Amino acid sequence: MAEKLKDTIKRISKKHLLENNGLLLGQCLTAVGWVGGTVPELKEKDGIIELSMADVAGGGIAVGAALAGRRPIYVVRFQGFQWYNAVEIVNYAAKSKEMWGRPCPLFVRSIAMDAGGGERSIGPVASGSHHGIYTRMPGIPVCAPMTSKEYKSVWKYFMNHDDPIYVSEHRRGWDLDFEMEDKIYKKAEITLFPISSTRLNAIEASEKLEKEGIKCNIIHLLWLKPFELNKKDNEIKYSLLNSKFGGIIIDGDYENSISKCIAYDLMHKYNKKVHALGLEERTAGFAPHLDNLPPSAKRIESKVKEIIFK
Amino acid sequence: MRFKNTKIIPGIYENFTENENLEMFEKICKIRYFELNAAEANINGLMKMPVYLSLGQESIPAAISMVLKEPLVFAQHRAHGYYIAFGGNLESLVDELLHRRTGCAKGMGGSASIHSLEKGMYGHDGLMGSQIPIAVGMALGINYTNKKVYDSLGKDINKKRILAVMGDASAEEDYVIGGAIPWAARHKLPILFICEDNNLSILTEVKVRRNWKTSDVARAYGMNAVEMPDNPWLIMDYLKKLKYDLPAFMNIYTVRAIRHQGGKRDDGKLEWNRFKLTKRELCKIGLEKKMKEIENETREKINKLWESKLKE
Repeated sequence: MAEKLKDTIKRISKKHLLENNGLLLGQCLTAVGWVGGTVPELKEKDGIIELSMADVAGGGIAVGAALAGRRPIYVVRFQGFQWYNAVEIVNYAAKSKEMWGRPCPLFVRSIAMDAGGGERSIGPVASGSHHGIYTRMPGIPVCAPMTSKEYKSVWKYFMNHDDPIYVSEHRRGWDLDFEMEDKIYKKAEITLFPISSTRLNAIEASEKLEKEGIKCNIIHLLWLKPFELNKKDNEIKYSLLNSKFGGIIIDGDYENSISKCIAYDLMHKYNKKVHALGLEERTAGFAPHLDNLPPSAKRIESKVKEIIFK
Repeated sequence: MRFKNTKIIPGIYENFTENENLEMFEKICKIRYFELNAAEANINGLMKMPVYLSLGQESIPAAISMVLKEPLVFAQHRAHGYYIAFGGNLESLVDELLHRRTGCAKGMGGSASIHSLEKGMYGHDGLMGSQIPIAVGMALGINYTNKKVYDSLGKDINKKRILAVMGDASAEEDYVIGGAIPWAARHKLPILFICEDNNLSILTEVKVRRNWKTSDVARAYGMNAVEMPDNPWLIMDYLKKLKYDLPAFMNIYTVRAIRHQGGKRDDGKLEWNRFKLTKRELCKIGLEKKMKEIENETREKINKLWESKLKE
């Protein structure tokens, strides 16, 4: 059995603190499960720094520590909190190298959760993925690893470059101990391009659709920006050109976000229709029937059928 | 007047040598005559961007730089004074204000986002007060380790102290007064916080915006905190006596002698003119002749610099 993602994150973090003189900053790191078992159980002297509950200041402190060359890992426990934390990261860290020639290598661990993973909903703002806040700004690569191998590749990228990086994590990925391979047929009805936790739903949907005779390619997207970092140009081209009905970008953020941006780029590049499927354009509520979750397997199935049979 | 005590503490000059007094004055003159030239260039339409001048507030960076040696400097949009006082390249600053690629920020920074890699001055991103948490993070990065620290460019920054400068308006940002400053106090980080209190957020006075003092809040956080006028001897004396017992917070009352933005003056009489007051004190201690020489030489040098740069 391969290593679980959460163990990979913990191991990478521990090594960074103990061997690289790194720092790990965030709120409530050392209590209530050490952020779901992803934070190594070390002490302040080892570089685990508890920040106050002042989120905006926390983002700035992390940026300053990055300028100091400590390559900090900045843990934001709920992606919705990025509405506070993003300010200094996108407006300073992401610009610093271009503006002043000073790199600001900061590893932002931004954690999403939703009821789709069997967890309870947490309402209108804090749940789900909010990586779209970051993808619209220049100077900061954005990715959404779900497996151990992917996380290691992202970490390697971070350590070999001097940009800040936004890592959109999802709690559903932490217990995964397998990799997710792309599925590409010679001829398919449509190609699914799922992001983050929707990858699990897309796999489930494609299996059900296949039983009904609808073949779907699946190309898992790790890098949201720059998209080229996925290094899947040939697979994407082959899949899209051999898909009768084009493709769907599936995301746990709102549709007016990175999913539409990627769809737009792919449509222009390959002259095939590419749709976007994400959160519904409404505010989520706490009650289960009012929640607004990433596209489920059922919703993906419906979207595919709607495109094919319209 | 917001802070009536503009008088000198008796005997305070004895804490400084003649050379120190004159060097401090020379820094003031450098800033002042640089900014007067910048104001003129701005009025003449040579700068196609917002310009924030330090006129009237020269004594604060000049005095701090006399005592706090080679800190890492995090200032805000009105930062020409810090750039000059800490030895930033003047030609590069003129070029930056004239949108040239040879500017200190290659034209990216303009007046509001100047920096100096050589002198350890960091640029500002334009968001009010953002430099304060970033400065605190830098202090954390330097201090929370027993290993040597090299910044993101590989420069040795071990044991560097941090100078974090804000205005009376940016101090009000919640992430400044309620977030970063108390966290620095909690962790006893080596930062000197300076609030340049010119009483104005553009033209809105402090008394309209709040009923508390920054120094009271900082003191409540458990750090050294004072308020004082922009008398350079008072600033130097306090910093010398502080002996780097950081963090510390200084709210320094000053007077902006120019509009919030641009080279023109606001209407009305200024509360005080620190430049004149400083010269008066130098005369009192018998430095009139040398003072005049310094002022004339500095003015001539800076005027020539601008004249030559404008011809390029």
